[in-house]
Amino acid sequence: MAVKNKKLFEFSPALESAGHIQLKEQYELFINGKWTKPKSGKYFKTINPSNEKVIAQVAEADEADVDAAVSAAEKAFNGWSSLSGKERGKYLFRLARLIQEKARELSVIETLDGGKPIRESRDIDIPLAAAHFFYHAGWADKLEYAFPNRKTEPLGVAGQIIPWNFPLLMAAWKLAPALACGNTVVLKPAETTPLTALKLAEIIEEAEFPPGVVNIVTGAGATGAAIVNHPKVNKIAFTGSTEVGKIIQCATANTDKKLTLELGGKAANIIFEDAAINQAIEGIINGIYFNQGHVCCAGSRLFVQESVHDEVIQKLKARIENLVVGDPMDKNTDIGAINSKSQLETINKYLKIGKEEGLEMFQSSCSVPSKGFWCKPTIFTGAAQSSRIVQEEIFGPVLAVQTFRTIGEVIQKANNTPYGLSAGVWTDKGSKIFNLTQQLRAGVIWANTFNKFDPTSPFGGYKESGFGREGGVHGLESYLKFND
Amino acid sequence: MARLEIKKTYKIYIGGKFPRTESGRFYNPKGIDVNVCKSSRKDFRNAVVVARAAQPAWAGRSAYNRAQILYRIAEIMEGRRAQFISELELQGSPKKQAEEEVDATIDRWVYYAGWCDKYQQIFSSVNPVASNHFNFSVLEPMGVVASTAPEESSLLGISTIIATAIAGGNSLIAIASESKPLCSVTLAEVLNDSDVPDGVVNILTGNKDELLPHIVQHMDVNALVYCGSDKKVIIDLKEKSADNLKRIAHYSSDAILSDSGESPYFIKTLNEVKTTWHPIEKVGAVGSSY
Repeated sequence: MAVKNKKLFEFSPALESAGHIQLKEQYELFINGKWTKPKSGKYFKTINPSNEKVIAQVAEADEADVDAAVSAAEKAFNGWSSLSGKERGKYLFRLARLIQEKARELSVIETLDGGKPIRESRDIDIPLAAAHFFYHAGWADKLEYAFPNRKTEPLGVAGQIIPWNFPLLMAAWKLAPALACGNTVVLKPAETTPLTALKLAEIIEEAEFPPGVVNIVTGAGATGAAIVNHPKVNKIAFTGSTEVGKIIQCATANTDKKLTLELGGKAANIIFEDAAINQAIEGIINGIYFNQGHVCCAGSRLFVQESVHDEVIQKLKARIENLVVGDPMDKNTDIGAINSKSQLETINKYLKIGKEEGLEMFQSSCSVPSKGFWCKPTIFTGAAQSSRIVQEEIFGPVLAVQTFRTIGEVIQKANNTPYGLSAGVWTDKGSKIFNLTQQLRAGVIWANTFNKFDPTSPFGGYKESGFGREGGVHGLESYLKFND
Repeated sequence: MARLEIKKTYKIYIGGKFPRTESGRFYNPKGIDVNVCKSSRKDFRNAVVVARAAQPAWAGRSAYNRAQILYRIAEIMEGRRAQFISELELQGSPKKQAEEEVDATIDRWVYYAGWCDKYQQIFSSVNPVASNHFNFSVLEPMGVVASTAPEESSLLGISTIIATAIAGGNSLIAIASESKPLCSVTLAEVLNDSDVPDGVVNILTGNKDELLPHIVQHMDVNALVYCGSDKKVIIDLKEKSADNLKRIAHYSSDAILSDSGESPYFIKTLNEVKTTWHPIEKVGAVGSSY
C-alpha cells in the first residue's frame, strides 16, 4: 500500500534558484553601525548542511569585540530610549517592510545556511519574521496601555542569544520587542546559521537605524558567555537548551540582569479515538517533522488511545512514506537537511538508544543524498514512560509513540516530564478539549492543530522549559522595568 | 484565689492539622516568653506533599468561591481582633500600631478577596492571529509556592503573601517571621475556620536561614517568594533555584507592608501565561482546516 502511494506522489524536481541572492565571501561584526573586523582576527566557516559546501566565512567575536558591541549599545541607549515611541515604531515598520521586500533572498539564504526546506523558510520563517517587526512596531508608542496602572521604562542594553533552528525568525522574536520597548541590543546568532542575521544587519543599515541600537556579533558559546557575563548588559534573553539555560541562570544570579529563558521541550501530542483521524495524522506529521524536528515545541511524544492505535500507526507509516526527503532548495521537499554534523550525531545516538531499549523502529524507505547530513523520518512504537527517547529532548525527526486508555492516565503521562513548553490535543469533543487544555502543564496548547505561531500569540514554557513569554502583550514585560 | 491562666501552645499548620514540629525542637523569640516550633526540613517536605495534593482542587474552585473564602477569612479575623492586637502588643508593638496592623490586614484580605474573580479579566487576552484560529491566553497558577514573610511584621506581611498566592489558585507553604511568629499561628486558626481546604495553606515557624536552602532546592516547589533585602540570600536563591528553574520573586518588606502591597500584579507574578489555539472552520473554504 505504502509503496503504491509513493509512486502516486512522485514529483519532478522544482528547484528554487540561488542566482538572485547576494552573499559576501566574508562577514565582519556589525558594531556601532559599522562592519568591524574581529580583534581576534579569527573567522569560522558556515556551511550548507545539505552538501557540506562552505558558503561564507564569518568573524568570531571575542570578549573585546563583545565589549565594543556592548559599549556601542550603551552609548546608543539614551538617544534610542528618548526617541518618541512613534518615531521608534516607524523604524520598526520600515524594517518589517524591507524584510517583506527581500523575502525571497532571505528565504533562500535561510535554506542554504540551515538546511530547512525552502517551502518552510518561504512560507513560515521569513513572513513571520516580518510580521513580528510589524506587530511590535505598533506597540512602541502604546506601551502605557499594556500594563494598567504601572509606569514602565526600558531596561537598557539587552544581550540576546538565539538558536540555529529558526535563525531569522528568532532574531525577530528577540529584536522586535526589545527595540519597541526602547532597549538597545547586542544579538548573537548561532554559529551554524549566522547569515540571515548578518543580512538583517545590512537591512538595519538600509533602514537607517541610529548606530549602536542593534549590534550583531557572531561566534559560538564563548561569544555568548561574554555577552552573558558583561557587566553593562541589563537583560539577557536566551533561547536554547535547558542545560545552557540553567548555566545562564547561575551566571546572572549575582547581578541585576533581567532574564528570560526559552528552553527545551518534549511535547505530548494526544490523539483520542473520537478525533478526526486523517486531520490528526497531518497534525502529528507537522508536529514532529516540521523543520526536521528541530523545534523546541515539537510534538515528539505521541499518545494514542488504544482503540485507534493500529489505524493511527498504519496511517502514520503510510504518510511518512510520502514525505519528500532531500534537497532543501526543492519546493517539493518536506524534510530537509539536519542542521549540523554534531546534531546528526546526537540524533543517531538516540536512534541507537531507542533500539537498545527494545523499541520498534520504523523509518521511511526513502533514499537520502550521499553528501550532507540526513535523517529519515522515524517512528518508535511501544515506548514506555521510562524510555530515554520519551524523557529526553532529541531535536530531530524522531517520534516516540505511547498508548493510553483513559483521560486521567494520559494527563498524568503527558505531564510526567520536567519540560512544559507545549502540548497538542486531537478530539472532536469541545468539553474534552477544555478539560485537557486546562490540565496540561505547558505554556502553549494546540487543540486540533499543531506548531502554529503568530506575533500576537505569547509563546513560552512552564517548569524547566524556561520562563518569560515572547510575543503578544505578555511578551513586552520581558523588556521593561516597572517603576512604581 | 486567682484563676490560673491557660497558656496557648503555638504549633505549626500542615494539611489542616496543628502538629508540633517532627523534630521536637523549639525556640524562644527574643523578649517573648513562648516556646515556638523550630520547624525542620522534614516538616517542610511533609507540607509540600499535602500542598501538592491540595492545589488542583483549589485551582478548580470557581473564582467566586475562592473570593468568598478569602472574604470569610476577613470576617473571622474581625471577630478575633482583640486576640491579634494583644499578640502584637506581646511582640512589642504599641497598642495603636497593633490596632492599625490588624485593621490593615483585615482590609487587605477583603482587597484580595475582590481580585479573585477579576485578575483573569485584566491579564488575559484574545490574540488576533493571522491564521484561521481562535487563540487566547489566560493565567494559570504556578502550583506549589513557598514563601518567607517580612521579618518586621507578625501579621500583615504573611497575610499579604498568603492572599496573593491563594487568590491566584496556588497552594503554599508560608514561613512565618522568625522574631514575631505568634500571629501567624493564630492566623492559621483563622484559615482553618474559614473553609480554606486542608493543605492549601501551610504555615511553619522556625529559622529561615536553616530552611531556605532546603526550600530552594526542593524539586516539587514551583515558585519561591522571598521577602527581604539581604542581597546574599537573593543571589543564593537565584543560583540554587536553577535546579528545577523554580520561579523566584523577591520583595522588600516595605513593598509588602505599605499600600503598595495591594496590587493584582502580585497575583500575576505567581501565575503562568497559557496560550491555547483552535482552528476555526471556514465553511466552503479550500484547504486544510486543521
